[in-house]
Amino acid sequence: MSTSSIKPGFLAIELDGAGWDGGDFASLGEAVLAAESAGFHAATFTDAPVPGRANALQRAAFAGPVTRSIALVPEVDTVYTEPFHVSTQLASLDYVSGGRAGWIATAAESPEAAAAVGRSFAAGDALGQEAGASIEVSRRLWDSWEDDAVIRDVATGRYIDVDKLHYVDFETPADFAGPAYSVKGPSIIPRPPQGQLPVIAGASLVGPGQVPADAVDAVLVTAPTPELLAAEVRDVRERLGESVAVIAELDVVLDSRGQAAAERSVGLDGARARYAGSAAGLVDFLAELLKEADGVRLHPASLALELDELSRLVLPELRRRGALRPPVQDGTFRDLLGLTRPASRYASAAAGAGK
Amino acid sequence: MTQHNRAKSGVFTPSGKIQFGIFFQGVNSGTIWKAAESGSQTDFESFRRIAQTAERGLFAAFFLGEGLRLREHLGRPHALDVAGRPDAQTMLAALASVTKNIGLVATQNTTYNDPADLAHRLASLDLISGGRAAWNIVTTDNAWTGANFRRGGYLDHADRYKHAEAFVETAKRIWDSWETADGPARRVLHEGQHYTVDVTPRLPRSAQYRPVLFQAGDSPEGRNFAARQADVIFSAHPKFDDAVEFRKDLVERSLAAGRGANAVQIMPASEFILAPTAEEALEKKQWVRSLQIGPQQAVAYLEQFWGRELSDYDPDGPLPEIDPVVEETSETRGSGFHGAKARQLADQWRAEAKDKGLSIRQFVSSKTARIDATFTGSYTAVADQLAEYARVGAVDGFNISPWIIPTGLDDIVNHLVPELQERGVYPTEYAGKTLRENLGLETPVRSADEAAEAVRAS
Repeated sequence: MSTSSIKPGFLAIELDGAGWDGGDFASLGEAVLAAESAGFHAATFTDAPVPGRANALQRAAFAGPVTRSIALVPEVDTVYTEPFHVSTQLASLDYVSGGRAGWIATAAESPEAAAAVGRSFAAGDALGQEAGASIEVSRRLWDSWEDDAVIRDVATGRYIDVDKLHYVDFETPADFAGPAYSVKGPSIIPRPPQGQLPVIAGASLVGPGQVPADAVDAVLVTAPTPELLAAEVRDVRERLGESVAVIAELDVVLDSRGQAAAERSVGLDGARARYAGSAAGLVDFLAELLKEADGVRLHPASLALELDELSRLVLPELRRRGALRPPVQDGTFRDLLGLTRPASRYASAAAGAGK
Repeated sequence: MTQHNRAKSGVFTPSGKIQFGIFFQGVNSGTIWKAAESGSQTDFESFRRIAQTAERGLFAAFFLGEGLRLREHLGRPHALDVAGRPDAQTMLAALASVTKNIGLVATQNTTYNDPADLAHRLASLDLISGGRAAWNIVTTDNAWTGANFRRGGYLDHADRYKHAEAFVETAKRIWDSWETADGPARRVLHEGQHYTVDVTPRLPRSAQYRPVLFQAGDSPEGRNFAARQADVIFSAHPKFDDAVEFRKDLVERSLAAGRGANAVQIMPASEFILAPTAEEALEKKQWVRSLQIGPQQAVAYLEQFWGRELSDYDPDGPLPEIDPVVEETSETRGSGFHGAKARQLADQWRAEAKDKGLSIRQFVSSKTARIDATFTGSYTAVADQLAEYARVGAVDGFNISPWIIPTGLDDIVNHLVPELQERGVYPTEYAGKTLRENLGLETPVRSADEAAEAVRAS
């Protein structure tokens, strides 16, 4: 990953709300397809605890078979979930999407989420530690079947080569703030198509004592206003180094169908930088921002309205200016991020599971 | 009789029909992976193809098992059988976008899931699929499996149904919690021995109200649990006489539980080996069996009871004279063979094999459970056989484990289904859009207790 200002960037879109119109999920497929045909590189699926929102990972899985090039990236919590299940679910998402899955690893800071599963409320450094542990469990489990572990060797009657399966023997560190746990492994699903799914986390969750920078492939960066966003991207890149891609977060409200963005913004609030204005202005803003950031994730105020404007007026112009990477049909999410497919960390180990 | 009356009636009435489900097992010794035409066990294409074939054959349901820990044999992952499978609900959510009518059934255990999280994910799948989701409830509880989870092993085997029942009732309350389709949601509280839940559920009821509940336990406790809680029991009794007996038993248990005689449907696990003629079917069966139980599988089968390596023994020779090294059989973990008295069993088996003049391989072939679950014959003969099940109401359908992936349903859908339709014992179209409609199950009614409870808790 590099900061190079000439390297074209990528655009992600948050699809929150798609598929929620009284329970008909056909519109979810339509929204993801619309985002794909508009040229977005990735779709993200928030798991915010909003009434009516179905599980984020399942929404991403639903979109897998009906799309071809767009990366599908759900938020999955790390604090109140089972790391073993999370790992298997994400690996499965990678299978159903043909290698287009990613993971926004979140750490729920929520007494409600704790109470739902009967756990103590975690806050402060404990959040980063839970996220770090869960990510480590997933990464080890994704490597626990080497790529060629399924051998189907008729002569010896062996379906798998047991030497290529590995116990992961994860244990939380001694100073772990939450309840200690361990995970034995191996996974119950072979290595995902990408080998390792790209893992993304909020930049504030990454750093010493939290999620180690080398555990994530990209971070999400927020700022209170659009003007501050580029500087924040630079700061984060300096703090975390060149190996982590930086994705800027931007709320978007556009002039649409005769209604001015300013008018449409009334009553909206949120902690993210918001661009409100014309499509042409957004093109200029994003072209500048993409000189600093590797990618930008857009949060449209109204999926139907913004997606329409973005696909007609914003993405084509950005592409014409050379600010966007061409989408890769049948490419993986790793391809999009410029990451090679890594060998399993256990591949060079002399002994397999049980030896 | 209307469906509503059937379900409430105190007298069992056969529906006169059977339905099919397909069980994509993922981990098993029945899939003949050695055959050249055997496809991937994990690529989405295998799942898509078999689910769409099943839907073409008007199957009611597509089942997936759950993986919690990879099977082990003599202390290492088991090498000989197909293994490695996707997360059930993730795969089913993906299949929801490429199918329209077939039910999507996820096997999920009550020990290594949290009720609020699992209920939410099942409700999600139900909404995403337009009311086609179901939960096959299992109660795996051993500490060996627990080694992959935060809590480890924490549940006594004896408590598993008590725990499971509290879990299921909590899930039902979560699915019941929205006052109307638009809300508001009411808070659900549960304080039990093993967990506490305090949640304001996020999701409304689905087109089929809530996920359909399947259950597979066969002990008296398991059957009573099913009689109280389940919509369908995934039974282990496909043979005609057993099936009739099982129906009788389940009807009694359902009535004792205060439900109607027809309230719980029965779908036994089964395997079909079909061909145009009986002779061809038998030939095919020999071929299938030879690939299911190869020489290595036969020896490995004995090893799990002997607890030691027996690879020096000739699969085509007699059973080993050497004694087991274990008290109880437990060496293939996660396969459900634990607990038999090993030495006693070995003596018995040696005598039996000697009597019948069977080699290791022949003996193991005669022992594996699927023998009783297999329907072998011509399309017409098997159709006649199944029509008799339908006529007396021995079962409501069969849950078919294909022995080859992904083409294992082709014969059934292309040849057996039309024969059954001609006999008037198989659906000729989907009855509705939801799984509940297609199975002919009653829609649950939001209980007054639940409503009152919700108000108190809010």
